Amino acid sequence: MAVAAGAVRKAGKRPKNREEGAGRLAAILVSPTMAVLGLVVLYPIISALYTSLYREGEGLDAQGFVIEGDQFVGLGNYAAMFAGAGADRFVNALYNTTFFTVTTVLFETFIGVAMALVMHRAFRGRGILRASILVPWAIPTAVSALLWKWIFQPDGAANALLRTEILWTTEGWQAKVAIILADTWKTAPFIGLLVLAGLQTIPGEVYEAAKVDGASGWTQLFRITLPLAKPALLVAVLFRLLDSLRMFDLPYVLIGPRKDSVEVLSMLAFDEANQTRYGPAAAYATILFLYVAVIAFLFVRLLGADVIGAAKSQRKKTPRAKAPTATTATGGAAS
Amino acid sequence: MIGVAVIIVYCLVPFYWMVVSAFRRPDDQFSNLPIPWPISIENFVAVFKPDVGFGRSLLNSLIVAGTATILTLIIGTFAAYALARLDFRFKNVVLAVIIATSMFPGISLIVPLLKAFTDWGNLGPVGAFLGSIWGESWINTYQAMILPSLSFALPLAVFNLTAFFRQLPFDLEQAAMIDGCTPGQAFRKIIIPLAAPGVFTTAIITFIAAWNEFIIALSMVNEKEMQTATVAISKFTGAYGFDQPFGTQMAAGVLVTVPLVVAVLIFQRRIIAGLTTGGVK
Repeated sequence: MAVAAGAVRKAGKRPKNREEGAGRLAAILVSPTMAVLGLVVLYPIISALYTSLYREGEGLDAQGFVIEGDQFVGLGNYAAMFAGAGADRFVNALYNTTFFTVTTVLFETFIGVAMALVMHRAFRGRGILRASILVPWAIPTAVSALLWKWIFQPDGAANALLRTEILWTTEGWQAKVAIILADTWKTAPFIGLLVLAGLQTIPGEVYEAAKVDGASGWTQLFRITLPLAKPALLVAVLFRLLDSLRMFDLPYVLIGPRKDSVEVLSMLAFDEANQTRYGPAAAYATILFLYVAVIAFLFVRLLGADVIGAAKSQRKKTPRAKAPTATTATGGAAS
Repeated sequence: MIGVAVIIVYCLVPFYWMVVSAFRRPDDQFSNLPIPWPISIENFVAVFKPDVGFGRSLLNSLIVAGTATILTLIIGTFAAYALARLDFRFKNVVLAVIIATSMFPGISLIVPLLKAFTDWGNLGPVGAFLGSIWGESWINTYQAMILPSLSFALPLAVFNLTAFFRQLPFDLEQAAMIDGCTPGQAFRKIIIPLAAPGVFTTAIITFIAAWNEFIIALSMVNEKEMQTATVAISKFTGAYGFDQPFGTQMAAGVLVTVPLVVAVLIFQRRIIAGLTTGGVK
């Protein structure tokens, strides 16, 4: 439509009221979505910002009366994160969030790219490959967390296989390892799917030309495959980064709430909200929101991850057989 | 070929272990044999014992995920059509907003929503007035789970549907408009029938995302009766207080997951069928 409209406009034949009609129709069609998103996303974000400036009534005032209702504390909740009694817990959660994000995304990218390369070359068994790679994606995170908790039991499969006697799901480095392993298992195939979709857009002639020029397999990988798959890879990594930053289900179910080794920002905010300390909870949530926003901004600005382009790229010009993979992959991104 | 085998093993072995563990007798639960022997469905029977009440949880999940999916599709289809087909100002802004909202962390939406749903009076006089109309507290209600689910389901659906609608042959739509259809009629009579396979596929993806949702359902519900399946499984308690009933949990996990795995397989076929039955070859 865009192309057609442009052509018509250039010819100067398009009646003006038709164009206005399209604009009005677009406004009518888009407004329900924007209204719902405004209500369930934009309003809560602003409300959280507002709530984070208050603290629930606690303690007694100068006359000895119990303080009721919310007290305005300005940036008090934020200041308390870094200097108050809960500072250690916040810094630890911030560290855990960052640590899990960096480690899991790193592992998942390596494994996912390797998977995509293998799948791209596989001639036989593509059906079963595609089916099996979707299994970790389809399992609810909470269920996969239980599954890994079962595998990591003291007398479970992990210890039997490794011939160790590690108490995986107790506080300590081993709990972090358990989280990283479980998360990598579930989401590396997702990166594989996205990168595979990227690989499939590389025309075969490029490789033929490289072969004629005598490029080795490794040269082809680093000079052709990876650079050309980079847009898809960047989008995949960005989706994973943002998903990792808000991680909740996995550490909550696999290790449990209020455990120093695995408590991330989402869990901290959830815990505070559950105890009706909405002010501090909203402040933690806002910090996480800003963290996510800054990472997304830097990623798009510095590395040029073309997220909107990714949404647009599935046009007719890409061969149709590729659509299932690409669509499925976006399906995992927001879940 | 080795690489293919490694990927399949990597993806399937943990899932296989869940299935195997589900089919063991509770007495052999800690056996590490790769196949369950003797096979037993005792764990599955335990899942549906009245004191566990997992049937109700499955129903709750179905209601929440189903309603969220239907609402999402109704609202999202319109927006996706406009984004894919119509030429209008602020199109990129709208697209960017929709993509950006899908990236927001769930918890930053949940904290204020939990505060409002716990007691609408928490929002001041306006909230209290609204609460007097639709109920003071929404905790332990379906709407408290469905509405926040739209925050991730709607961007996901619009994103997918837009991609699908772009693949549709728009010559047909143009032809219809030349024949005197308005853009609205062209949408109803031409695009909707053609888009049905894509809408169906999006429905499955959205449903899976809503079905797998955890943190919203965990926050908004504290009664066992209203728990969704993912929350209920994580809260199963054993017969002896401290021990975790892994056998039952694995069986419930299989019950929750297998329909999704089956749906994923069917949905792939459906997409291929949908793409080959376009109106214009």
